[in-house]
Amino acid sequence: MKDKWIWFGRGFKDGFPVFLGYFAVSFTLGIAAKKVGLSAFQATLMSVVNYTSAGQFAAIGLIGMGAAYLEVAVTQLVVNIRYFLMSCALSQKLDDKLPFYHRLLLAGTITDEIFGLSSAAEGKLHPYYSYGAMSFAALGWGGGTLVGVATGHALPTGILSAFGVALYGMFLAIIIPKAKGSRFFAGLIAISMLCSLLFTVLPILREVSSGFRIIILTVIIAGAAAILFPVPDLEPDPELDSRRKEDCGAE
Amino acid sequence: MRNNIYIYILVMAAVTYLIRALPLTLIRKEIKNKTMRSFLYYVPYVTLAVMTFPAILTATKNIGSGIAGFVAAVLIALRRGSLFLVSAVACVTVFLWELLFSYIGMY
Repeated sequence: MKDKWIWFGRGFKDGFPVFLGYFAVSFTLGIAAKKVGLSAFQATLMSVVNYTSAGQFAAIGLIGMGAAYLEVAVTQLVVNIRYFLMSCALSQKLDDKLPFYHRLLLAGTITDEIFGLSSAAEGKLHPYYSYGAMSFAALGWGGGTLVGVATGHALPTGILSAFGVALYGMFLAIIIPKAKGSRFFAGLIAISMLCSLLFTVLPILREVSSGFRIIILTVIIAGAAAILFPVPDLEPDPELDSRRKEDCGAE
Repeated sequence: MRNNIYIYILVMAAVTYLIRALPLTLIRKEIKNKTMRSFLYYVPYVTLAVMTFPAILTATKNIGSGIAGFVAAVLIALRRGSLFLVSAVACVTVFLWELLFSYIGMY
């Protein structure tokens, strides 16, 4: 049973970049919330029960306009539908015998970032790994919102700008080693990035919101890859295994 | 009439949680279909790649520091730096880059 706290600790440690990145993003979220008249308590509450930057920014805009509840609900559904896909993918990382309450709790950890960490974990996911990462991340998300509402513009933008890339740095730390170890993954990742770039610059395509861009491209590219190159045997990934062991050894 | 903020928050949280919880609680067995399994196995890599690029280029004050942060992160990740190291190097690179250029900009 000591095992679960070891996993919690590993998750907590890996959650540090997420903490930094979340702080920066939710800080601007706090400023936006203040502008439409939310109190520090309300804004922070919204953050700690949602953990969705695009969803919260959209909702804050709608709340400012006094939109209908249904409109907010539909917007959340549209903006956050990618979590559905992530949840499907994560279901295959779990042990069949994992108690049901862990599934309910793990659902709460599905943000872009914690999902990224959970997917990269070796073999089957130990839920306490995700809980550890999520607790550190939650401090950043809730804390950043609170500080954002309380201080307005007081943080130097240089620091925020720098923290803003923490999350992307973490994503790259997850996917790039995979690309280095396999030409197939290198191609898959390069194609994904290229298509994402095209969707951002080409006329018409660039009108697609980022939430939709993510889900459309994921379904098309991962779908095509699955049909053309089905994984022969889904064994735990030795690349990530050895890397993770090195990480732990370095502590 | 102004709507209640707490009901807004409740609606948001309920919708978002359901999206996250439904697949995880309904799919409790290993999927046998090979194409489906492969698809779900590839999802994280494609999603993270799409989310990272080109968004990282515009996440900072200017595209120059964004590119610098991206390149630095990729280089460290290729050398198998830890999550923390890759992230930290990206942050520091962006910070120094912007500091340097705002300094040069004063002349």
